Formats: sequence, structure tokens, C-alpha cells
Amino acid sequence: MHEMSIAESIVEIIRETLGEDENRRLVSVTVEVGELTAVVPESLEFCFNAIIETTPYRGAKIHIRNVPLTGRCQECGEEFHIEKYAFVCPKCGSTRVQVLGGQELKVSELEVDENGTGDHR
Amino acid sequence: MGQVITVERQILKKNDDIAAENREFFRQAGVFVFNLLSSPGSGKTSLLEKTLEKLHDKYRIAVIEGDVQTDLDARRISRFNVPAVQIVTKGGCHLEANLIQNAVENIDVKALDLLVIENVGNLVCPSNYDLGEHMKIVVVSTTEGDDKPLKYPKMFRVSDVMVVNKIDLLPYVEFDMDTIRKNALSINPNLTIFETSCRTGEGIDRWVDWLSGKIEQFRS
Repeated sequence: MHEMSIAESIVEIIRETLGEDENRRLVSVTVEVGELTAVVPESLEFCFNAIIETTPYRGAKIHIRNVPLTGRCQECGEEFHIEKYAFVCPKCGSTRVQVLGGQELKVSELEVDENGTGDHR
Repeated sequence: MGQVITVERQILKKNDDIAAENREFFRQAGVFVFNLLSSPGSGKTSLLEKTLEKLHDKYRIAVIEGDVQTDLDARRISRFNVPAVQIVTKGGCHLEANLIQNAVENIDVKALDLLVIENVGNLVCPSNYDLGEHMKIVVVSTTEGDDKPLKYPKMFRVSDVMVVNKIDLLPYVEFDMDTIRKNALSINPNLTIFETSCRTGEGIDRWVDWLSGKIEQFRS
């Protein structure tokens, strides 16, 4: 289960972004997880919730945005949702499909409270 | 009162950066590197043994063995007198680029033609981690079912080669070669496919010939 390792990387990005600034309390982190990433959102949430409690950002929530797998046909230009991981254009049958979305694995934003009180630390 | 900070950072960027360093290091050393992947028991180590049998006299080869607990695979390889570095992940389900960077410190990479990284047996987690290899080679055996690509699409999407192993068992199992080809190619039309039996040796020559071609191509 690599979701724990991914959750640790998320915490590292939070740490690098916020530092140890006592006046900013992390409320939530939003991450984008593409359909083609072999990451199980429920597992990631579970792991994140477990390790965030061991950090100064205790109590922060994780919001996971699932990004569907979409592609554009290089032959006819059709844009479509890639169903069942078949990289085939539904309109012309071409296999020359450029992936538009669905491979993301990134931290998109952090929500913080300025002058947060110390109850979370 | 909540303030939103836009971050937009790739979660695995650190790994990917180290992988890029590894790749450049391998390029300068003129060594072809592949990452060997499969579920447990598909025959990764057997395929490696067959490969070493054919190539260890011809090319300078080393192996990095990723294993969750033991050094059993490294011991199987050691009889060919090729350097083998063991990475025991202690429960970790995949190798990461920094583990490879550390492991190659113990290998004279410049003196090599081929470096094989045998990943932990797992079709899920290793698919997200670039190690700096030139190719990912996924092994799937006929006893596992021809629907494997559909169940683990990411792995088959990121792989360059699929080796279907244990073809000597085809008469005894519910496994259709055309179906797995169709399933795998719909996910990744660029996949190169080999069919092998490490027990009878069928298909091994074709695989080894192809691999030799790659080694020559990367040799400096």
C-alpha cells in the first residue's frame, strides 16, 4: 500500500509551504488524484488522517478531487472519457489518443486560518 | 476567514527529480536499465535466471533486487557471478528512486552493459514510481488470468514491454492469449509483447535477442 508513502509526501509539501508558522493553522489540503494513478482515494484519506495527527497540522482535513481519465483523438480531434482504460477513439477507432486528464497526483491548494489559536498543536 | 493558498505541486516530484538524475547517470555510463515488474509468483526471477544464463558471458550485467523481507532472490542470481545488490524494503511495497540512487553506489555502473532492477512483486504501487530506468517490463503469467491488464491498467499503460510467462501451462488453464493481447493493447497500443516459458525455454531466445538489441543500442 503506497498510499502511506504518498500521504507522507503530501505532509512534506505542506511543511515546505507553511513552515512552522505558529500563526497559520492548516484547515484542509486539497489534492487531485487522477483516475489512472493506481491510488485508492479511501486509502489515501485513511493514511493522511493517521499521519497528520503526528504533525503540527493535527486536525487538518484532506479533500480529494478525483480527476476522470479523458483523452483527445489525434486523428479526428474527438475529446472523450476513456472508458475501461481502452485508449481507443469512440468516434473513429484510432488508437492515437493523447491523454488530457486523469494522471494527476498533486497538491492543488491549502486552506489556512490566519492567527489560528494554539488548540490544534 | 479561511485563506486559500494555491500550491499546485506534484506529490511525487521529489521521486521524479531523483529518477531524472538516475536516468542521466545511466545515460552517461552507457548502460541499459530496465525495471522488471509483476505480481508475486509470475516468474520475474526465473525469467532473469534464463536471461542471465544466455547473456552473462556476453555482457557485463548487474542486478538490483527489491524484496520485502528476504534475500532469497539475490541468492538465486548470485550463481551467475553477476553483482547483485539487495534492497530489503522491510514491508515497503515498491522501490523508490532514492533507493536506486543509494544502491548504485555499490555497483561499478560505468563497467556495465545492462542493469536490471527487479522490483517488489506488486502490480499496483510500483507503477507510480519512476526509478530512472529506460524501460518498464511487466511479466504476467498464464495462471493469473488474461484480465490482468484490465485490473491493473496503470501498470500496463506505463510499461513498454509485456512478457507472458508460463505458456507451457496454457493447455491446463483458462487463459486466452488473444484476449490478453487485446486487453493489454487497448490500454497501451505501443506495448511490445513476448511469450515465454522459463520451464521449457520456449520464447526465451526471441526475448533475449530483443534485449541484446537494446543493450547494443544504449552501449557507449
